[in-house]
Amino acid sequence: MEAFTTHTGVGVPLRRSNVDTDQIIPAVYLKRVTRTGFEDGLFAAWRGDEQFVLNQEPFRAGSVLVAGPDFGTGSSREHAVWALMDYGFRVVISSRFADIFRGNSGKQGLVAAECSQSDVELLWKLLENEPGTEVTVDLTNNTVVAKDFTAPFTVDEYTRWRLLEGLDDIALTLRHADDITEFEQHRATWLPTTDPLPAG
Amino acid sequence: MSRTLAEKVWEAHVVRHGSGAEPDLLYIDLHLLHEVTSPQAFDGLRLAGRQLRRPDLTIATEDHNVPTIDIELPIADPVSRTQVETLRKNCAEFGVRLHPMGDAEQGIVHVVGPQLGLTQPGMTVVCGDSHTSTHGAFGALAFGIGTSEVEHVMATQTLPLRPFKTMSITVDGELKPGVTAKDIILAVIAKIGTGGGQGYVLEYRGRAIEALSMEARMTVCNMSIEAGARAGMIAPDQTTFDYVQGRPHAPTGADWDAAVEYWKTLRTDDDAEFDAEVRLDADELTPFVTWGTNPGQGLPLSASVPDPETIVDENERVAAEKALTYMGLTAGTPLRDIHVDTVFLGSCTNGRIEDLRAAADVLRGHKVADGVRMLVVPGSMRVRAQAESEGLHEVFLAAGAEWRQAGCSMCLGMNPDQLKPGERSASTSNRNFEGRQGKGGRTHLVSPLVAAATAVRGTLSSPADLV
Repeated sequence: MEAFTTHTGVGVPLRRSNVDTDQIIPAVYLKRVTRTGFEDGLFAAWRGDEQFVLNQEPFRAGSVLVAGPDFGTGSSREHAVWALMDYGFRVVISSRFADIFRGNSGKQGLVAAECSQSDVELLWKLLENEPGTEVTVDLTNNTVVAKDFTAPFTVDEYTRWRLLEGLDDIALTLRHADDITEFEQHRATWLPTTDPLPAG
Repeated sequence: MSRTLAEKVWEAHVVRHGSGAEPDLLYIDLHLLHEVTSPQAFDGLRLAGRQLRRPDLTIATEDHNVPTIDIELPIADPVSRTQVETLRKNCAEFGVRLHPMGDAEQGIVHVVGPQLGLTQPGMTVVCGDSHTSTHGAFGALAFGIGTSEVEHVMATQTLPLRPFKTMSITVDGELKPGVTAKDIILAVIAKIGTGGGQGYVLEYRGRAIEALSMEARMTVCNMSIEAGARAGMIAPDQTTFDYVQGRPHAPTGADWDAAVEYWKTLRTDDDAEFDAEVRLDADELTPFVTWGTNPGQGLPLSASVPDPETIVDENERVAAEKALTYMGLTAGTPLRDIHVDTVFLGSCTNGRIEDLRAAADVLRGHKVADGVRMLVVPGSMRVRAQAESEGLHEVFLAAGAEWRQAGCSMCLGMNPDQLKPGERSASTSNRNFEGRQGKGGRTHLVSPLVAAATAVRGTLSSPADLV
């Protein structure tokens, strides 16, 4: 995973709450077996509407999404994170994220920055009044800055450390492979395995 | 120290406690796979030259993409077909047991695990699917994960996680006839909201929960994610043990006795404290349906479409306005007056044998209304075979419904079973998001009883309306 310290890009105001992962990328776009190319499915239903924010200049080239509360609810599909990143987003700001979406973001290097709803409202107004405003998200100081607007955001400490260092979770866990082997030696004997059962 | 059920199961699986901000490393007892969220994880393993650590704790089935008619033919959509074929290749390469289309054990991953007896109390169960919460009905800690985590479990059989907070959902009293587990969970979601459970494991308890069958408990736990909670749990009891005993992968002999002795300890201690508590009275519940585009936008069937103007919170008001526009509904319309084109009975929420029996009991002697299409899709091939041995399929066919093969079907717009733009369904599935059942489709979430009665009358109805 690529390390993340700070990012500056055009902010995109998405005035919607409960943006579920079916809206971020509908199921019909989940059929690929590769990990790239999901940008065509991003907000697919809404992008058919020319009034949709991503169909407006200068938001089309945005990379910091500012959304309403409960972003990323519903399906566990990591494709939602891939679609946002494939499109060019590096940061999503919301006052509340769904747990699985937030976890998936942290694995991929998309920053899910939690701000207060009042700060989100201020950012929306700023981005709508001055389209094209650039937003700087600084993970070393946990701040969002746009023109004279500054606000703090939170990301859980462990995810923040991993993002700053660009560390791969699996490699970190495999440092404890001996602990896993030790644990396995004491699992209860009645626990099931998926080995096929003898016929009959 | 007093602990909740969730904390007991968590502690029993900690491989290594994290220090400071570092998460715990949690062992995973069962990893379920399907075709949609696994291909990139298998690719990741291959790229890193890693092995699948425990193929013997891993099982796969084909469910999201599969058609539910003509299953002997190749899948028509080439992209879906490639995804299913990729799962087959990956399972063969990494030694994973797979139940493919047409197999007697094929079905929706969350129906297959419990019916094989692979889901047992006190286990940790994960799958790249948010409805993994279903398995919490057994007192297992079960939750959905993303593809990066799928790869992590494949490589290490563990996950790094911070402990969840705990929330008790106590449902006292007794359900009235015609009111089901689906109505309980829709009422819970309407009460706490789609974000109310974020960061929590929900533990459902109280007399009304204890009185539920295992299948009804699965319906409740299944939709925990719709309240924002990654997992829902119910303490195992005699109902649980009776359901597990005798299933193909259940323990036997001395192992069974040892397992039950342990399972009986899996209860929240009397003086344990939850981080949050919610109460509902089952006596007050009536059939519940959704009117909007998130599962928290629900009301009793006897109510009318709400007026957004009366909603105080600005975000919720805007959400309600957008929902009514999308749903093509007018504030003040009685929910019972809403006409549907399609009724879908199935999914990991309500595609089990008890759901089919309940719907068949309502449909017996009735016909599906003119202009309404009803799809009955068993959750697994076992459920289908059981239903046929009881003659339920004849009831559905005589009523004019379609009797299908097993799969996720119309729960999500990924396989051929979809709504057309503007079509409206009464659906026993779990999500009423915009376009969830097909682009432009409009979904009302309902119980199997309401689904069957709605099919007969053509408008949202409960069985009581048929008398």
